[in-house]
Amino acid sequence: MEQQKEAGSLGMWTFLITEIMFFGGMFLAYILYRGKYGNDFAIASSHLNWKLGGVNTIVLIVSSLTMAMAVYFSQKGNKKMLLTFLALTMMFGATFLVVKAFEYREKIITHHVPLRDFWKWQEANGEPLPGDSGHVQMFYWLYFAMTGVHALHMVVGLGIMAVIFWMAMRNRFTPEYHSPVEISGLYWHFVDIVWIFLFPLLYLLGAHLTH
Amino acid sequence: MSEHVVTPKVYVTIFLSLMVLTILTVVVANFDWGRLNIVIALGIAIIKASLVVLFFMHVRWSSTLTKVFVVAGLFWLVIMVSLTLADYLTRPSWSPTLPGPQ
Repeated sequence: MEQQKEAGSLGMWTFLITEIMFFGGMFLAYILYRGKYGNDFAIASSHLNWKLGGVNTIVLIVSSLTMAMAVYFSQKGNKKMLLTFLALTMMFGATFLVVKAFEYREKIITHHVPLRDFWKWQEANGEPLPGDSGHVQMFYWLYFAMTGVHALHMVVGLGIMAVIFWMAMRNRFTPEYHSPVEISGLYWHFVDIVWIFLFPLLYLLGAHLTH
Repeated sequence: MSEHVVTPKVYVTIFLSLMVLTILTVVVANFDWGRLNIVIALGIAIIKASLVVLFFMHVRWSSTLTKVFVVAGLFWLVIMVSLTLADYLTRPSWSPTLPGPQ
């Protein structure tokens, strides 16, 4: 039993390592282009709403806490509290996605999406495009790619949590066997960690320019 | 079961630390530290990520094998980033401040 638990956990870690490399590639692209077009990246970043990004950071950290608490109550065999904290985790995850959707909507309206009417920036924002258009678009390519893939991971995470919730409702977990809760938790925390890096790199890069 | 049960007290402490660090990273980002911007931002993010990995993800109490897996993953990431940067940063076409080929 102990060995099975270890094997399951290592399987998830192996998957997370491939995820590190997957996100790592995009972070690498970000590092390279930020190094080359630092000023234009800071200007582009200052158009993101860091307050909304900050709210989402807090929402995700709270969801990580509720996830950790769900694991704790699965270890204790407290079904009611396990279900409560799984529901809270899903609720915060959904909150994150709703805020993200509003941000995307605002960026689409104000022509921040690369290749899609980017040249209408001035019309929409009442000011000429700051910096070099190509460099600013490069930032927004990275922004949409990185936050988009991250949001996709959140959607998958919500699906996993729904399955875990369903299993918990059907009394599938005991203090001796609750690996699925723990392993899903690893995935959830990993997605939180990705955001911990995305928030300062994308949102806060140009925060000092906004006042 | 030899499983280590982490108490809610530990989780809440880590949670509060993450909150404090989040506020800190926002506060410092409102000032321009020049080239140190990225160092400060990444430094705080790495501390936060480490807290999540060690405590929320239980790596602190995990088997040595799990720890080796985690470190190996980070090690390959470092190789990918450092070798790529070693290439780009020494290209005159990418870093105009470098002396070009004579």
